Amino acid sequence: MATVAVTAPPESRPRKLVNFWRDGDQITHLVTLLFAASVLLVTVFLVYELWIHSGPSRAKFGFSFLTGRTWDPVAEKFGALPFIYGTVLTSFLALLISVPLGVGAAIFLSELAPPKLSNACTFLVELLAAVPSVILGLLSIFTLVPLMRLYVEPFFKRTFGFLPLFQGPAYGVGYLTAGIALATMTFPFVISISREALLAVPREQREAALALGATKWESTWQVVVPFARLGIIGSIFLALARALGETMAVTMVIGNDTGIHTSLLAPGYTIAAIIANEFTEATGDIYLSSLVELGLVLFALTMVLNAAAQLLIIATTRRGSRQD
Amino acid sequence: MDQLKRRNILNNVMLTLTGICTVLTSSVLFLVLGFLVYNGWRSLNWDFFTKLPLSAGETGGGMANAIVGSGILILIAAAIGIPVGFLGGIYLAEFGGKTFAMLVRYTADLLNGVPSIVIGIFAWTVIVVPMHHFSAWAGGFALSLMMIPIGLRATEQFLRSVPNSLREGSLALGASKTRTVMSVVVPAARQGILTGMILGVARIAGETAPLLFTSFNNQFWAAKLGEPSASLPVMIYTHAISPYEDWHRQAWAAGLVLLMLVLIANIASRWVLSRGASAQRG
Amino acid sequence: MKKLILWITLLAIAAPLAASAETINAAGATFPAPIYQKWFEDFHKAHADIQINYQSIGSGGGIRQLTEGTVDFGASDMPMTDDQLSKITKYKVLHFPTVLGGVVPAYSVAGAASLKFSGDTLAGIFLGNIKKWNDAALAKDNPGVKLPNEDITVVHRSDGSGTSFVWTDYLSKVSPEWKMKVGANTSVNWPVGLGGKGNEGVAGLVKQTPNSIGYVELIYAAQNKMEYGSVKNVAGSFVKADVASVTEAAAGAAKDMPADFRVSITNAPGKNAYPISSFTWMLLPDKIDDATKKKSIKDFLAWMLTTGQGNAADMFYAPLPKPVVAKEQKQIALIK
Repeated sequence: MATVAVTAPPESRPRKLVNFWRDGDQITHLVTLLFAASVLLVTVFLVYELWIHSGPSRAKFGFSFLTGRTWDPVAEKFGALPFIYGTVLTSFLALLISVPLGVGAAIFLSELAPPKLSNACTFLVELLAAVPSVILGLLSIFTLVPLMRLYVEPFFKRTFGFLPLFQGPAYGVGYLTAGIALATMTFPFVISISREALLAVPREQREAALALGATKWESTWQVVVPFARLGIIGSIFLALARALGETMAVTMVIGNDTGIHTSLLAPGYTIAAIIANEFTEATGDIYLSSLVELGLVLFALTMVLNAAAQLLIIATTRRGSRQD
Repeated sequence: MDQLKRRNILNNVMLTLTGICTVLTSSVLFLVLGFLVYNGWRSLNWDFFTKLPLSAGETGGGMANAIVGSGILILIAAAIGIPVGFLGGIYLAEFGGKTFAMLVRYTADLLNGVPSIVIGIFAWTVIVVPMHHFSAWAGGFALSLMMIPIGLRATEQFLRSVPNSLREGSLALGASKTRTVMSVVVPAARQGILTGMILGVARIAGETAPLLFTSFNNQFWAAKLGEPSASLPVMIYTHAISPYEDWHRQAWAAGLVLLMLVLIANIASRWVLSRGASAQRG
Repeated sequence: MKKLILWITLLAIAAPLAASAETINAAGATFPAPIYQKWFEDFHKAHADIQINYQSIGSGGGIRQLTEGTVDFGASDMPMTDDQLSKITKYKVLHFPTVLGGVVPAYSVAGAASLKFSGDTLAGIFLGNIKKWNDAALAKDNPGVKLPNEDITVVHRSDGSGTSFVWTDYLSKVSPEWKMKVGANTSVNWPVGLGGKGNEGVAGLVKQTPNSIGYVELIYAAQNKMEYGSVKNVAGSFVKADVASVTEAAAGAAKDMPADFRVSITNAPGKNAYPISSFTWMLLPDKIDDATKKKSIKDFLAWMLTTGQGNAADMFYAPLPKPVVAKEQKQIALIK
C-alpha cells in the first residue's frame, strides 16, 4: 500500500504573516537592518543636501567655478581656484615633510627596534593622531608661528631667496607654516600603517637578501620596502585625505588671504578654512551657495582619495596573505 | 674606499637617520603635552571650572559653561551615535546579506571620510535652518554623524572576531538567534565594542569645525537644548585668535583639560582592549 | 543599561540648568562688541531673568543671521542696504544707533610712536602700492621721524565686517583708485595682506607681527596698548581718534539724521573731526511675536539709551548726540 505523506493543512496568509512576526529573530533582523539602513540614508541625504544648496552657484558659474581666481563678494563673483590651490599646496607640503619622516620612522620601528620599543613608540605616535586639531592650532599660533617668523622663514629667504618660492615678507603665517602644522597631523597615519605593511613582509624576503650579502639597509630599502609599497602608498593617500579636510589648525595659521601666491611664505586659504571663516556671514544666495559648492568639491576630493587608499590597502593585505 | 666599506657606511648613516626620524616623531606628543602643561596648569583653578566667561578685556572668569556644554553635546551625540553604530554593526556581522551589507560598509567609510566642516554644513541645512535657531541639538547631531562610522566598524569587527563555535553552541542549545547574539556573542565582544565607543567619544570631544555654525557659542548657560551652547573646542578657538592675554591664558587651560580628557579616553580604551584580549586567552 | 542610567542622571543634573531665564540671541559686529558685552552683563545683573547672548561674528554675520531668523536681533556697523532689507519679508528692520566709534590705523613698528597718515598714504598702503615703511609718502606725512627700511605687513579682516565697511568707505572717499579697484563693503577683494577674524583677530595679528598695520575699532587698540596713528581729515589737520574727535564727526549727522537712521559720517567736515568715525546700529525687527521677548528687548533699548550711554566714554566710544537719542526713543514704540 502506498503511503500518503501527511502534511499539515495549508496555512492561511494572515496566519503566515503573524507567525513571521512572532518570531523574535525577524524583529531583531528588521530593527538592526533599519539602523544599518539609516547610515546609508543619512549619507545619501548629505550628498543630496550639498548638491541642492550649491545649486545657485553651480547654475551661475558652471565649471568655470573650479578655474575662477577671484573671490569677490561685492561683485558676487566667486571662483574656487585659490582655495583648491591652497588646499593642494599645504597638503603637498605636509606630505613632503611627513612621508620621509614617517616612512623612516616606520622602517626603524619595524626593522630595527625591539618589539617593546616599537610598540611603545607606535603607541605615542597613535596618541598624537588623537590630539584635536584646535589644540594643535593653539600651539601653532603661539609657538610655531613666532619660530617661523623669527628663524625659519628668514633662513629660507637668506639661502633660497633667489627662488620665487621664498620671496616676500616673513609673516610667520602662510602656506609653509600651515604645511608644517598639517604634517604633525599626517605623519601618525603614515607611520602606523607603513609599519603594519612592513611588518607584514615575510621574513624569507629579508633573509634571502641578507643571505646574498646585502647590508641591513640594502635589504630593507631594496627588498622589504618595495614589497610593502602598496600599503605605504595607501597610508600616504589616507594621510592626504586627512590633510585635505583639516580645518582648525590650518585656519589659525594660514593667513586667510584669497589670492594665489607663488611664494610659500605668503598667506593663503584652503577650502575648509574659508568655509569656517565666512559661512556664518555669507550675505546673499550666490555667496552662500558658492561656499556650499566649495564643500562639495572638498567632499568629492576626499571621497576619491579615500576610495583609492582603501583599494591599495586591500590589495596589500590580499597580496600579503597570498604569499608562499 | 672599497665598495664594501662604502656600503657599510651608507648602511649606518641611513639606519641612524631612521632612528632620528623615530625620535623626532615620538617626541612631538611630549612637546604638545609639555607646552600645554607649562602654559595652562597655572590657570586651572576653581574659578576656571565654575565661573562663566567675562566680557573681553576683563580678567578672571572661567569656562564652566563650555565644559558642561561640551558634555551635553557629547551626550546627545552618543545618544544617537551609539545605538546606530551598535545595532547597525550587529546587522552587518550577524544578519547581513551580501550586497546591502557591502553598501552600508562603503557608505560608513564614506561618512567617516567626510571633512568635519562639510558635516557642519549638512547639520546646518538639516537642523539649524528649519529650526531657525542655532542649538545644542544641531551640534550634537553633527557630532553623532562622526561617531557612527567608528562605532559601526568597531562593533562589526569585534563581533566577527567571536568564534563561530560560540554561536553554534548557543543555537544547538535551542536559543533563538536574537538570544544568541545578545547573550552570547555581544558579551564576548564587549571589550572591543566598548573600546570603539570610547574612541568615538574621544574623537568627537575635540571637534570644532562642525560646531561653528550648529551649536555656535554662548556667553551664558544654555537654558534649553534648543539654544546655542558653549563648548570647549569653540572657546579655545575664539580665545586663541583674540588679542587678550587673559583669554590666551584661559585657552591654554582649556586646551590642557581637553587634551587630558582625549588622551585618558584613548589610553583607557587600549587598556580595556588588552585586558579583554588576555581574558580571552586565559 | 548602565549607560542609560548614567544618561538619565546627567540629564537630571542638567535639568536645573534649564533655568527659566529668557535667552535672547543676538549676533553681529565686533566693532561695538566690548561695550555690548558689558551692557548685556550689566543688564543681566539688573534683570536676572533676561539673558542676552551676543556673539561677535562680524557685521556680515549679524545681517545674515538676522535674515535667516536664527537670532532675535543683529548688530552692524554698516547700515543694511536696500537690497539686503528686501530679503527680509516677514517684518521691517529698524536701525537703532547705539554708540559712535572710530576705526584707527593700528601698527606695530619699533620706535615709531604717533605716526601720521594722510588718506592717500593709507590707500596706497592697503592697495599694495606703498610697500615699505620708509616710503616717500610716509616720510612726507611724518617729517623728521626715522622710519625703518622694512616691508609693511598689511592686516585686514577675513570675515564680513562693518569695521571693514567704515574703513573702505573712507578709503573710497579719499582715493579714486581705491574706489575703482576695490570699493566699499563689509567684505571686499583685498589687494594685499593677511586676514584676521574679527577686530580681535586683526588686533591679535598686528600685535604679534612686527612692522604690520591694520585697522581696528579704537577700544581694541586702547585695551591692547597698541600704537595707533592720527589721520588727516578734510580740514587738513591730523587728528587722533578719541571721544571728542568722534563726537565732532557726528555733529552734522546729529542735526540732519534721516528717519531710518542710516547714515555715513566718514570724512566728515569739522576742524577736529576724526575722519574714520561711524555710528553702529542694532538691527531690530519691528514685529516680535513673543510677548516676553518683546518687553525684554524694549526694556533693554530704553536702558541702553539712558544708563547705557553713560558707559560709552569709559570704553572709548562716544555717546549718541542728544537729538538722536530723542528720535530713537520714539522709534522704540514702533516695535509691535
